[in-house]
Amino acid sequence: METVIELKDIFKTYVMGMENLTVLKGVNVTIERNEYVAIMGPSGSGKSTLMNIIGCLDTPTSGDYILSGNNVSEMDDQELAEARNKEIGFVFQTFNLLARIDALHNVELPLVYSGMKKDERIEKAEAALTNVGLEDRMTHKPNELSGGQRQRVAIARALVNNPAIILADEPTGNLDTKTGEEIMALFETLHANGNTIILVTHEEDIAKHAYRIIKIRDGEIESDTVNPNKIKKAELKAKEVIID
Amino acid sequence: MNFFLEIKESFVIALQAITANKMRSVLAALGIIIGITAVTIMQTAIEGINRAFNNSIAAVGADVLYVQKFEWFGKEDWNVYKNRKDIKMSNFEFLQKNVQSAASMCPSVGSSRTLKYGDLSLENVFVNGTTDEYQATLSVNMSDGRFMTKRESDGGYPVVMIGADVKKAFFENSNPIGKAIKIGNYNFRVIGVVEKQGSLLGMSFDNRVIIPIELFFKLYGTKRSLSINVKAADMGNMDETKEEVGAWMKKTRKIPYGGRDDFGINQQEAFKSTYESLTGLIKLIGTMITMLALIVGSIGIANIMFVTVKERTKEIGIRKAIGAKRRAILMQFLIESVTICLLGGIIGLLISLPISFLIDAFILPTAIPLWIVFLAIFISIFFGVLSGFFPAYSAAKMDPVDALRYE
Repeated sequence: METVIELKDIFKTYVMGMENLTVLKGVNVTIERNEYVAIMGPSGSGKSTLMNIIGCLDTPTSGDYILSGNNVSEMDDQELAEARNKEIGFVFQTFNLLARIDALHNVELPLVYSGMKKDERIEKAEAALTNVGLEDRMTHKPNELSGGQRQRVAIARALVNNPAIILADEPTGNLDTKTGEEIMALFETLHANGNTIILVTHEEDIAKHAYRIIKIRDGEIESDTVNPNKIKKAELKAKEVIID
Repeated sequence: MNFFLEIKESFVIALQAITANKMRSVLAALGIIIGITAVTIMQTAIEGINRAFNNSIAAVGADVLYVQKFEWFGKEDWNVYKNRKDIKMSNFEFLQKNVQSAASMCPSVGSSRTLKYGDLSLENVFVNGTTDEYQATLSVNMSDGRFMTKRESDGGYPVVMIGADVKKAFFENSNPIGKAIKIGNYNFRVIGVVEKQGSLLGMSFDNRVIIPIELFFKLYGTKRSLSINVKAADMGNMDETKEEVGAWMKKTRKIPYGGRDDFGINQQEAFKSTYESLTGLIKLIGTMITMLALIVGSIGIANIMFVTVKERTKEIGIRKAIGAKRRAILMQFLIESVTICLLGGIIGLLISLPISFLIDAFILPTAIPLWIVFLAIFISIFFGVLSGFFPAYSAAKMDPVDALRYE
């Protein structure tokens, strides 16, 4: 197995006036390639801060974060932007698409920032949109799409640069249950295709789709367990294979 | 990322943002539009004045000294000059006999009269009395016919050389040579047409006729002050000629050693420097006003850009999350502000173009020189960068986490 993420003794402290507020207190996590991990925790647990650090949006106060073999803790602004561009694919609760441009150009955007040529960009963006089942919605702007479709566009954007991890923050939070299930099914497919997925959520229902669940409380890891339901299913599948 | 690709992408994004807020963009650019219009029109006007001046100054020879009662740009009261003794033919003859460093010289005297040709008449024509030496002294070119001869000049023959305006008024479609025109009540035979010389500040050098000075005195009397026009032998030695002419003038005017001159020796140089200080002042004031307009316009754009950046905080957060570097964000907003200014500049040019045509048609002949177009574009880009930099910088250094959280 290849290690994608290695968090070693991560601390994050915010200075609030005269007081120091420590949000993460020595977090240690290792995630391998093609894992499907849910990070759970109530609000104020440090879950969002951890997600920002994993997503290279923020850097830890101390500790080492190794992403695909590079130490993110030592990166400057420019290198962080490059890491976000190449290694991370974000999926947000509120989709975060640019309203003025159509689906295709939203998906194309990460490739613009990685300096790819126009023809190649369009080709890749079209492929990514086809991958999420939106081949006939490419020229629609976000306000012409349903919530589920918007999130699919966002997922296509996250996939387009072939990142090391897909980092999804409450991806079903703004969707109804049925659409939410469809999106979770899409993540399952992406996982089956070999992608590494990190799901940040506070909902048990959503977290149960993951194969490994990490619970955070007060800035520390409370538990890091294999999801028993998923294992059973996997075992069942294995048995079926044997029976066949 | 490739620099040109980056600029191209930023430009596309900028155009999207500008067209999404058309009204706001136009209002933001208004100051720049006014500024660029002002720059262009001012430069066009100055260009026109310069052209008019240079055309006319050519008519007043650069190597000629004008010995007159008045000093062109003297500091004395007008009455002082007016009460001086007239400059007489005897003064001229004395100079002609004695001055060594002159190529040629001629007396000149003038008065306004009404001209008639058949049923046509022309009022307020400047009648210039002089000698045959006038042509050599002031380098007069004839577009038709010839200048008067020494015999005609000395004998006071009734011959006349007409200016371009007079030819146009009387002989638009016919040959003036040999025709008889009336100056006052006297008949003159036209022997030549002086080449067109242009006008300056409403004063035409073409609305005039030249006749022999002998005849001029006979018809209009000798109680007039002359202008003695002296062409220097060597243009590089104007000062020497000026000194010599001054010395002989003192002698013929019987001014004691150390006494005050009662004449002026004028030259084009004085005219030119006064003109230059005048247009310089116009330029200075014009430039200050335009700069003010551009600075106010620039503040307006900076203001709008700050609003735009604030409004699009979330967008900046998204772009940063998917990998936009600081420089890419800086470029995006910088190019947006440059584009607004550039559009403003182009609109300003389009506005000033017809205005320049109007100036050309009704006030003074001019044209928009090409360099003004480039200057306007350069100024637009300069103020675009100037007003866009701080807003763009504030966008570029935003923290992606805070920006993403912004609603």
